[in-house]
Amino acid sequence: MKLEGKVAVISGAAGAMGAIEARLFAAEGAKVLLGDLAEEDGNKVAGEIEASGGQALFHRLDVTKESDWVAAIAAAERRFGPVDVLINNAGVYRTTVIDKTTVADWDDIMAINARGVFLGTKSVIPSMRRAGGGSIVNISSTAGLVGNAVEGAYTASKGAVRMFSKAAAIHYAAEGIRVNSVHPGVIDTKMVEHLMADPELGPLVMSKIPMGRMGTAAEVAKMVLFLASDDSSYTTGSELVVDGGYSAQ
Amino acid sequence: MRLLEKIALVTGGGGDIGGAQARLFARERARVVVTDVAEEAGQQVASDIAADGGSALFVRLDVSSESDWEAAVRACVDRFGGVGILVNNAGVYQTEAIEHTALDDWERVMGVNIDGAFLGTKAVIPSMRSRGGGAIVNVASTTALVGSKRSSAYGASKAALLSLSRHTAIQHAADGIRANTLVPGPVETEMIAENLATPEGKAASVARVPLGRLAAPTEIAYAALYLASDVSSYVTGSHLVVDGGLTAQ
Repeated sequence: MKLEGKVAVISGAAGAMGAIEARLFAAEGAKVLLGDLAEEDGNKVAGEIEASGGQALFHRLDVTKESDWVAAIAAAERRFGPVDVLINNAGVYRTTVIDKTTVADWDDIMAINARGVFLGTKSVIPSMRRAGGGSIVNISSTAGLVGNAVEGAYTASKGAVRMFSKAAAIHYAAEGIRVNSVHPGVIDTKMVEHLMADPELGPLVMSKIPMGRMGTAAEVAKMVLFLASDDSSYTTGSELVVDGGYSAQ
Repeated sequence: MRLLEKIALVTGGGGDIGGAQARLFARERARVVVTDVAEEAGQQVASDIAADGGSALFVRLDVSSESDWEAAVRACVDRFGGVGILVNNAGVYQTEAIEHTALDDWERVMGVNIDGAFLGTKAVIPSMRSRGGGAIVNVASTTALVGSKRSSAYGASKAALLSLSRHTAIQHAADGIRANTLVPGPVETEMIAENLATPEGKAASVARVPLGRLAAPTEIAYAALYLASDVSSYVTGSHLVVDGGLTAQ
């Protein structure tokens, strides 16, 4: 039980990766608040966790809205106590060639992927202080480490998450709050279904993965668990890559 | 029981970090081959593990000797059936600045820190390949990422490990062999005892660490466990920094 007694908030918890994180965390003893826009799916995951003996609560959360964050953290604290762990997992993926990207698209991607991480971090700090410290895990991407030709805005948003994590890590280290970023490569979820189904791009992307396969959401969740738990008590401000070797070449 | 049925070879297993790794791996049910040039210290770790009900074997190994490696891997195969995990942890420390470093010293440090990891990697690949895969963890240092006023060969040798891991990862991904680098910051060990001997020295060692303290050897061992176990099955060619935020600033 790596998270016995811990209170965790996970954004984007109705999606494939967030839901697996929520289930894994609950199985490791955490009390989990699942935040998402998708109320039906989020409630379903929370219900399943409760039905299997875990503790979970769904709360509607638009990560781009500060008032939503404040309400979600308050709900977690009211039900379970001060928050020990925050996973900024909510994100949006779009392939956008730069000279065809509209300002509206850019702003949308930045609002969810970058502003959402900022607001989540800002909102959880007072609660983590009351908990005596904590761990924040921000889900970036290999697109936050290396460039590519089809993800201009997405890459910028994930690069922002990478450096924001380091700034937050330095700022809150003295209070026992650790902050790290996770950089998944191509993970077999709905998010990349469209990309991988493309007859040209799909095989091209696959040929660039040294391990020759996509990762699974569960493989990313295990990395997130490592960072959320006290197993990583001396790890802060670092970037952890789960990409089958994609960015090592 | 994250290493059930695994066979792990740890170099420098008589030292503080290697000893902590060997003990943790054994608690997670790995069969551990503890290797070191320091026979008494290495033998002690293996005996402690056995006394705790674990399975361990000590083999004397000078990591800079190819014939020693052949003998160590043979011992591993004879006793346990092969090698599934290699932790290239053995290293020597060096604090002379560049203009005060004799070529002999440079070569002594390189001989252990990078030649040792190269020879170890080369020696275990046939066994790992025949078993369908494995995990190699090379233990570097934050001196691989940033410069310092002290050290010359030490930092350079540790930086070379990053490249060795990436090349191993790319060349052997298809064999199911993963290779990653573990990058510790300052750890409370005998190796840097001289730095920590005075209160001023100790204060200087932690002055730039945002978490404000040194790591315990077990905190490094948990990161090694993550990289060595199947929990990190999609992680290869990457490096995991465990430095209390030192290099994030």
